Amino acid sequence: MKKKKAASLEEAISHLRDESVVLIGGFGYGGVPEQLIEGVCGSGLRGLTIVNNNAGTGHTGIARLLEEGCVGKMICSFPFASESHVFKEMYAAGKVDLEVVPQGTMAERMRNAGAGLGGFLTPTGVGTEIAEGKPEFDVDGKKYILEKPLRGDFALIKAYKVDPRGNLIYRKAARNFNPVMAMAADFTIAEVGEEVPMDALDPEAIVTPSVYVDCFHVTGG
Amino acid sequence: MTVKVTAPDKPLLSRDQMAKRLAQDLEADWVVNIGIGIPTQAVAHVPKERDVILHSENGIIGMGPPPEREEDVDRDLMSAGKGPVTLVPGGAFVHHADSFSLARGGRLDCAVLGAYQVAANGDLANWKVPGAGSGNIGGAMDIAVGAKQVFAIMTHVSKDGTPKIVDRLTYPPTALGVVTRVYTDMAVLSVTPDGFVLEEVAPGLSVDDVQAACDAKLILPPEIRTIAA
Repeated sequence: MKKKKAASLEEAISHLRDESVVLIGGFGYGGVPEQLIEGVCGSGLRGLTIVNNNAGTGHTGIARLLEEGCVGKMICSFPFASESHVFKEMYAAGKVDLEVVPQGTMAERMRNAGAGLGGFLTPTGVGTEIAEGKPEFDVDGKKYILEKPLRGDFALIKAYKVDPRGNLIYRKAARNFNPVMAMAADFTIAEVGEEVPMDALDPEAIVTPSVYVDCFHVTGG
Repeated sequence: MTVKVTAPDKPLLSRDQMAKRLAQDLEADWVVNIGIGIPTQAVAHVPKERDVILHSENGIIGMGPPPEREEDVDRDLMSAGKGPVTLVPGGAFVHHADSFSLARGGRLDCAVLGAYQVAANGDLANWKVPGAGSGNIGGAMDIAVGAKQVFAIMTHVSKDGTPKIVDRLTYPPTALGVVTRVYTDMAVLSVTPDGFVLEEVAPGLSVDDVQAACDAKLILPPEIRTIAA
């Protein structure tokens, strides 16, 4: 059986490279791989494209990644939250690029990448700025725009429990973007609260099967 | 040219009163998406005996009101606006792609969204102000196009006196032709193929007060009720 459990946070993070596209899970407080993000903050990585619903709040997590100069571009649905001071300043100063994507389109673009598809037609954004430059199609009398898959070089996700093979379950609404990001990245690193023995997870209830997980870091909390 | 108006020098509805009025129209067995901002306040006003399934974009199907006790606040159970909520009996969690499949796929009977502007043709603007480099879309574009009805809830007039009930949007659109009803601190309006119909007026306000605070001609039906606030 492939060994996926990282010996340390540093080992888990050591896979990342400069200029990577990094999908980072979480929505609000739930499902944020806080330790993995902190690990990247101390890594000296540069030119990362970060995909997350928001652009960081306060001075921790993604906000700290921005402050440390690791990030070249953010892809988000809601970048200007009231506490996103670091991003707002850096964006205004031209120090970071931004692509704003409707939230459902963002999730579906990643699911699409994970499913090996080349894009999809969505009614979301028809007649808005989001449609600019995108081919529009009429299907059975309804308008759609073409959205392309969004693939990550890496995904940093958070899960509730993991078994030795790397199967994951999530807790409540902390699931959010994590399962689709796990699918959409070439290399997925999971931060997990607890490792349980083989067969302790109900196979019917596993949300992310182990094939999508390349490495996991157990935090014990 | 932007029209400026002065809201009447009379008490208008509070945000909570607006949310309470809107909640009265959420029907039993509906699946309803609740957006961020004022919409969140509608949750507490859905009568307990009425089984409305509330959807939160972050994968909660069956969202309940905030927990009563501080110790029941759970960081893994927050609304789209990042406030603590609960899960009702029989509730479920899904991931983000499934959450938005539900929205786009036509399972929402209604979405309750905040707005910068609503136009007479039902166009909705709520993500970006004119001239800004960018803005916050969040889940609004997907949810607005997917829901069978969109209830917009907003102040009737912006802080600087610009009407938000308009003939045509001057703000960048979020979705076209989607809004079906509007709940403001002055009135309840429905959006019809002929334009805005004034359904209800806040207590103490006249029909003329409401019309004067709009940049669109309102259709006046024979009976215009007073909002039960």
